[in-house]
Amino acid sequence: MTNFPILSSLILLPLIGVLFILFTRSNNNKYQSSKYVALFVSFANFIISLYLWYIFDASTYEFQFVEERKWIDGFINYKVGVDGISILFILLTTLITPLCIISVNNSISYKLKDFLVAILVSESLMIGVFCSLDLVIFYLFFEGGLIPMFLIIGIWGGERRIYSAFKFFLYTLLGSVLMLIAIISIYWITGTTDVSKLYELGIDFKYQNILWLAFFSSFAVKTPMWPVHTWLPDAHVEAPTAGSVLLAAILLKMAGYGFLRFSIGLFPSASEYFVPLIYLLSLVAIIYTSLVALMQEDMKKLIAYSSVAHMGFVTLGIFTLTDQGITGAIFQMISHGLVSAALFLCVGVIYERMHSREINRYGGIVSIMPRYSIVLMIFTLGAIGLPGTSGFIGEFLILVGAFKKSFFVATIATLGVILAAAYMLWLYKRVIFGKLKNNDLKSMIDLKNHEIFILWSLGIPVIFFGFYPEPLIATVETSVNNLIEMYNLNLEQNIKNTDG
Amino acid sequence: MEYIVIFLPLLGAFLSGFFGKIIGSRNSEILTSLFVSISAILSFVIFYNVITQNYENNLFIASWINSGMFIANWSIKIDALSSLMLVVVNLISALVHIYSIGYMSHDPHKTRFMSYLSLFTFSMLALVTSDNFIQLFFGWEGVGLCSYFLIGFWFKKDSANVAAIKAFLVNRVGDFGFALGIFLIFYIFGTVNFNEVFQSTPKILDRELIFLGINFNAIDLICILLFIGAMGKSAQIILHTWLPDAMEGPTPVSALIHAATMVTAGVFLVVRCSPLFEYSEIALTLITIIGMTTAFFAASVALVQNDIKKIIAYSTCSQLGYMFFATGVGAYNVAMFHLFTHAFFKALLFLGAGSVIHSFKDEQDITQMGGVWKSLPYTWILMLIGTLALTGFPFLSGFYSKDAIIEFAYLKGTSSGYWAAFIGITTALLTSIYSWRLIFKTFHGSYNNKKIKIEAMHDSPIVMLIPLIILSIGAIFAGILFKELFIGTESSYLFWRDSIKFLTPLSTAHPPLWFIYSTPLLVTISIPLAYYFFIKKHHLLDQLVEGNKPLYTFLKNKWYFDELYNCIFVYPAMRFGKFLWKKIDENIIDKFGPDGISNLIKRFSIKAVKFQSGFIYQYAFVMLIGFSILLTLLIIK
Repeated sequence: MTNFPILSSLILLPLIGVLFILFTRSNNNKYQSSKYVALFVSFANFIISLYLWYIFDASTYEFQFVEERKWIDGFINYKVGVDGISILFILLTTLITPLCIISVNNSISYKLKDFLVAILVSESLMIGVFCSLDLVIFYLFFEGGLIPMFLIIGIWGGERRIYSAFKFFLYTLLGSVLMLIAIISIYWITGTTDVSKLYELGIDFKYQNILWLAFFSSFAVKTPMWPVHTWLPDAHVEAPTAGSVLLAAILLKMAGYGFLRFSIGLFPSASEYFVPLIYLLSLVAIIYTSLVALMQEDMKKLIAYSSVAHMGFVTLGIFTLTDQGITGAIFQMISHGLVSAALFLCVGVIYERMHSREINRYGGIVSIMPRYSIVLMIFTLGAIGLPGTSGFIGEFLILVGAFKKSFFVATIATLGVILAAAYMLWLYKRVIFGKLKNNDLKSMIDLKNHEIFILWSLGIPVIFFGFYPEPLIATVETSVNNLIEMYNLNLEQNIKNTDG
Repeated sequence: MEYIVIFLPLLGAFLSGFFGKIIGSRNSEILTSLFVSISAILSFVIFYNVITQNYENNLFIASWINSGMFIANWSIKIDALSSLMLVVVNLISALVHIYSIGYMSHDPHKTRFMSYLSLFTFSMLALVTSDNFIQLFFGWEGVGLCSYFLIGFWFKKDSANVAAIKAFLVNRVGDFGFALGIFLIFYIFGTVNFNEVFQSTPKILDRELIFLGINFNAIDLICILLFIGAMGKSAQIILHTWLPDAMEGPTPVSALIHAATMVTAGVFLVVRCSPLFEYSEIALTLITIIGMTTAFFAASVALVQNDIKKIIAYSTCSQLGYMFFATGVGAYNVAMFHLFTHAFFKALLFLGAGSVIHSFKDEQDITQMGGVWKSLPYTWILMLIGTLALTGFPFLSGFYSKDAIIEFAYLKGTSSGYWAAFIGITTALLTSIYSWRLIFKTFHGSYNNKKIKIEAMHDSPIVMLIPLIILSIGAIFAGILFKELFIGTESSYLFWRDSIKFLTPLSTAHPPLWFIYSTPLLVTISIPLAYYFFIKKHHLLDQLVEGNKPLYTFLKNKWYFDELYNCIFVYPAMRFGKFLWKKIDENIIDKFGPDGISNLIKRFSIKAVKFQSGFIYQYAFVMLIGFSILLTLLIIK
């Protein structure tokens, strides 16, 4: 293994890009040099992370490319590293970011430079989240990620942007305060915040439940789980397209990742204890938000609600604590990252042309935008989870896992699959099919080149991994197995302890 | 060879779909038709090899899902069952492709249409050649998707779009059962590969489990769940409502997907899983009951419909019912035989109906037709052949397969078997009546169309007639030629070998003579009877309708299934969704959650602001009061 600090450079590169952007000429449509800088940097990051994936050794569950630097002696160390689970999320982040930047073509005319800075900063923080191996560092990245998103919604959002931004901030901050307290308590209990050391040490069972709840309150908001999901539709509706994409594709995944890395890894007995709670909330999320999505009149809101339902599958899968369930959950997160990003981009495409997200405003645009219709169909099918798309693999594995644990839970969750087809196909029908609803829709032009590029860069992986999921599954396999083994081992110890 | 058979249609779909504009619509029509035709010819070669040399093969293409114990591969499995399906699917598909060249000649989206047809063919092939449940599920959903595309092909028609969504969703309800069945199979067997599952089936006969609070035998539960999936795809009663509506699609689609191939996938599934179903008496009884109910129900509805395609659609539904109760009584090979013959005559009827519709310039109401048999001679003769074959007129294909089903039901010797035989005979009579009603109203009697003059009627072009002629040959001879091979007492076991499992060999006894003769007799008598009622004395019929108005409207409205479902599922789901959104999300969670908290803080801060009035005398007053209270407390102590 090389000694080159590849992870740190992934984190730092966007920040260096930010530095350069600050030197570019200020906002002027003619000089889009700031955009090129951002694009270059984020694309370079994507290439580096691909290389990282290439040299990554999937046969071991150990953390790789670990870097450790002293920060505050004896308390916090800057420690980063990746295993099979986190590397996929890093890839997702570095793939989505350049696409986001390309999509910012004409939609953002106000303070373009600052917008790009916000996106790059958020990329670097999100990569940080996925590779930090120290609780405090994780916390900093995790909460820091809030700030650029808060600004993106608050500054470049729609009419009710201030309300949405504050709702977003209020909700997420509430959970994270508790998490901070929990992290400090862990330090008091064990004397370290280093994740791998904590894995070895284990945390005393009597503290686990309360600590789990504290972490849960933060992750549940970010996932988002029912009933703390109401910030998401508002945030999505008001956020600019690129913001929605980042939010749906990556920010939501931080919580799922957190569940895997911390809730299960650090508090196994509490995880076991709270499984019924998670199942309940996940099922409610799947059914409830699917029904709500069915009735939405705003496209972005519909997709936002569907995200909540899909994340319900993810939390369900994670806490089945089976091979298939967890692999499926990770797969579903990646797949949802691609599909929901693309769906928001698709909405962005027609929003840019007609300045409306109202479903009723559209109808019959297949005859005007055939290419758009094909692309949207692919992602609609991905969201439905049709075999041959990545959505299927994730959902199916989750349900296989859930079925092992509880027939009842799996049955109810499978019902959600029917509802997903209902709201997505109905949306598609109302927007794309039928007679041309309004005459002014005729002025819409079909996908431009850069839009085709963005959407197919997401569409091809959706189909490819639908038919050949092996690369992703093989990457996570050992890490997932280790996670489950460790979990079971801990549980056994717990039983021994209570017996003794 | 197998690779070519399976992937050539996919290649055709790809070329026509993505490069249709470049290669031109005519070329993509020829290309897709040619590709599927080659596939069809090669399927015959494979089928021939299977018959003569007992050829079997299980090709591994690639690994698909491989997570822990859960392994699913892309594969091609060739045995008697799948080779038969290959022939049916590819042959009908090739003919429909060719027919569509004529039928869709005025449509601007020909390339898209051909691409969907070929894609459908590929999905169907993936379904029938799978060696595991997951690839089967892939094909299952794939054909459902293509069906969705093709029903909604005329996307400007709102009714077509609604029908397409309905088809997809009702099928999803079936898939819900199917998926749960697969999960359960994996849970019990730890594998989803057919061979491995079927081999270990006898070992787990006594396995019991609790599902939704009820104690089930594992095999029973698996079979019932799989059958729910089959019910959705094969439009059996309860989940049948999508099939008549699916007639919104172009007629070649109805012939290919909604008559000959896709809807028979459910039957195929049950037959493929015969090593499971054989061990589940409960599931088989359920299948028999559902099958015969569907057969009777659909035939009764077909009696009073006026849309030519809907009549044939209900007829399909009814014939699928036959196939199911054949499997229910354990006569899997007979079910496959009927599937095989049905593919010919039903595709023939649909394409013939398409030819009629084409001639009438998209008119589908049979009350607007009549008396055109001289103007459309070829179509008329071909439709006659189809009708005779469907009704089971002696020595045509339907005669052999349908009568065999009724006989085997009788020979089963159980009460459900007798019932099925009885319903089978009754339904055969109904089938005959509605089929002849269709023929007489369409081709005979007086000419009733006001929009088009009868002189303007002309038969369809040759490109549409050739497929019809080939199908009619099949409709006539498929029964007599393949009878021995598929259902003969000795020869059929040699043909089917391991692809179908019979726990107890089928009875070789013969039912009483009166029983054997009753069906053909009824069918034959019904022809002049139908002519008399529908052409000669149709006022008698009107009186009958007047006298039984409630029954008539009940049948006319298809037993009110759609209305019932709307009231029970659709509207409540939408109302509930709205309630959750407006009341719970906005009025409770938001009101007491974030908005509530921010309001609370605001209110408190307003109050807190009041304390800081800035007037010295107020501050001094408060200080004074506090000071005196403190002093009083100290003194008291």
